[in-house]
Amino acid sequence: MRALLARDLRLGVRAGGGFGLGLAFFLIVTVLVPFGVGPETALLARIAPGVLWIGALLACLLSLDRILALDWEDGSLDLLATAPLPIEGVVSIKALAHWITTGLPLVLAAPLLGVLLNLAPDGYLWVLVSLAVGTPALSVIGTFGAALTIGLKRGGLLLSLLVLPLYVPTLIFGAEVARRGADGLDVATPLMLLAGISFGAMALLPFASAAVLRINLR
Amino acid sequence: MSLWEYANPVKFIRTTDVVLPWVSGLAVLCLTVGLIWGFFFTPEDYRQGSTVKIIYLHVPAALMAINAWIMMLIASMIWIIRRHHVSALAARAAAPVGAVMTVIALATGALWGQPMWGTWWVWDPRLTSFLILFLFYLGYIALWSAIEDDDTAADLTSILCLVGSVFALLSRYAVNFWNQGLHQGASLSLDKEENVADVFYHPLLLSIAGFVLLFVALVFLRTQTEIRARRTRALIAREQQG
Amino acid sequence: MMPDLGKYAGAVLSSYAVSLGLIVLLVAVSILRARRTKAALDLVEKRSKRNG
Repeated sequence: MRALLARDLRLGVRAGGGFGLGLAFFLIVTVLVPFGVGPETALLARIAPGVLWIGALLACLLSLDRILALDWEDGSLDLLATAPLPIEGVVSIKALAHWITTGLPLVLAAPLLGVLLNLAPDGYLWVLVSLAVGTPALSVIGTFGAALTIGLKRGGLLLSLLVLPLYVPTLIFGAEVARRGADGLDVATPLMLLAGISFGAMALLPFASAAVLRINLR
Repeated sequence: MSLWEYANPVKFIRTTDVVLPWVSGLAVLCLTVGLIWGFFFTPEDYRQGSTVKIIYLHVPAALMAINAWIMMLIASMIWIIRRHHVSALAARAAAPVGAVMTVIALATGALWGQPMWGTWWVWDPRLTSFLILFLFYLGYIALWSAIEDDDTAADLTSILCLVGSVFALLSRYAVNFWNQGLHQGASLSLDKEENVADVFYHPLLLSIAGFVLLFVALVFLRTQTEIRARRTRALIAREQQG
Repeated sequence: MMPDLGKYAGAVLSSYAVSLGLIVLLVAVSILRARRTKAALDLVEKRSKRNG
């Protein structure tokens, strides 16, 4: 398992792995938002938590098809499926690698981009925390979507159509934590719910993804 | 004689061929009577005026939008557990019907909301969760049509349906948490006190029955279509091999 | 015969029109596809019986 993780991380960071792509996309989205809604600082500060969340979510979505598609194309997925490692483990590792290469940089970049959007001073911590808790769920759900669309020629568009509705609860609670944090309100309830979704997804969805992969590899 | 006999496609087609005219006839009857009764012969509500007549479309459509998903969920589980093809195809047949019902519920709701709430759309929990439900329907239908192999498609969509149901429920509660609603509570419940008044209630029941029957008839018909389409594909594939 | 719908006539009538239109469309599409697939299947079955 550790070897697989190390391999996936290496592949992700290497050129062509799309490591920086998600970050660049995140940056561009946050830069574009003020152009769209106008430069008014109060308005930007109000929408900053939500924009950061949506930007992170879209950046995450962008890199989902890389989780499994490359391994599927060169056949290494078939090898992994026949390896002694249970396929549930394989998808979990894949999701973890995706989170480390895409989710974690997004989490760390979010406060910096918050500066651009004039985020309220209390908000930085909570944007960071909510993204840190929420993005693993995004990776795990995304792996499920990637597994579903793996054998399809034009899977990318379908992947977003399938995954985005599944992202709704995570987005709602995550953005709620960030918003309440920025407004200086109590964040305990949404944070716990967000963590619940995140852990629940991490515990259960690998089974669904593995079932889907088995069907696709049949 | 057990329910599982209908898992045989031939038997299913034979039985539904017999039942279909009756079900569709009853559906048309209930819908016409219910809607005409509702449209022409019910009084106006003292607060909502004539817009109360929209209820005869809005409530049954919303009900069926959810029930169609539940039916798909059950059919998907039957497919996963017992692997009856008819069940998977029935789930596939129901999805577009459910999606249309969702659109009707959303459209009539918007048309009602415009004069009543003064806006076409609010991000109210019920409205929002219906929109999300619609997205789920779209994803489900898109996945079915994207995969060429029938069995793989059935497997993948049923898993999507299971996972989607969990997330749809989660979204429902998440959305509740996120915004307090403008939408009124249930218009139908077993508790008589909460119900809409009798004058509106009876035609409403009729049109709900009409929508349910319509749904059943459409699912029967569309499942037959799917079975036939599948058999056609199989025969053509055999021809090409031999 | 037409009931007086008052100032909300537009909303009521258009929601009936939209809903019934969608339902009719759905039914029409379903029936059309049912006929087509049935015809296609009959064709193929006849062919396969003749050959096999």
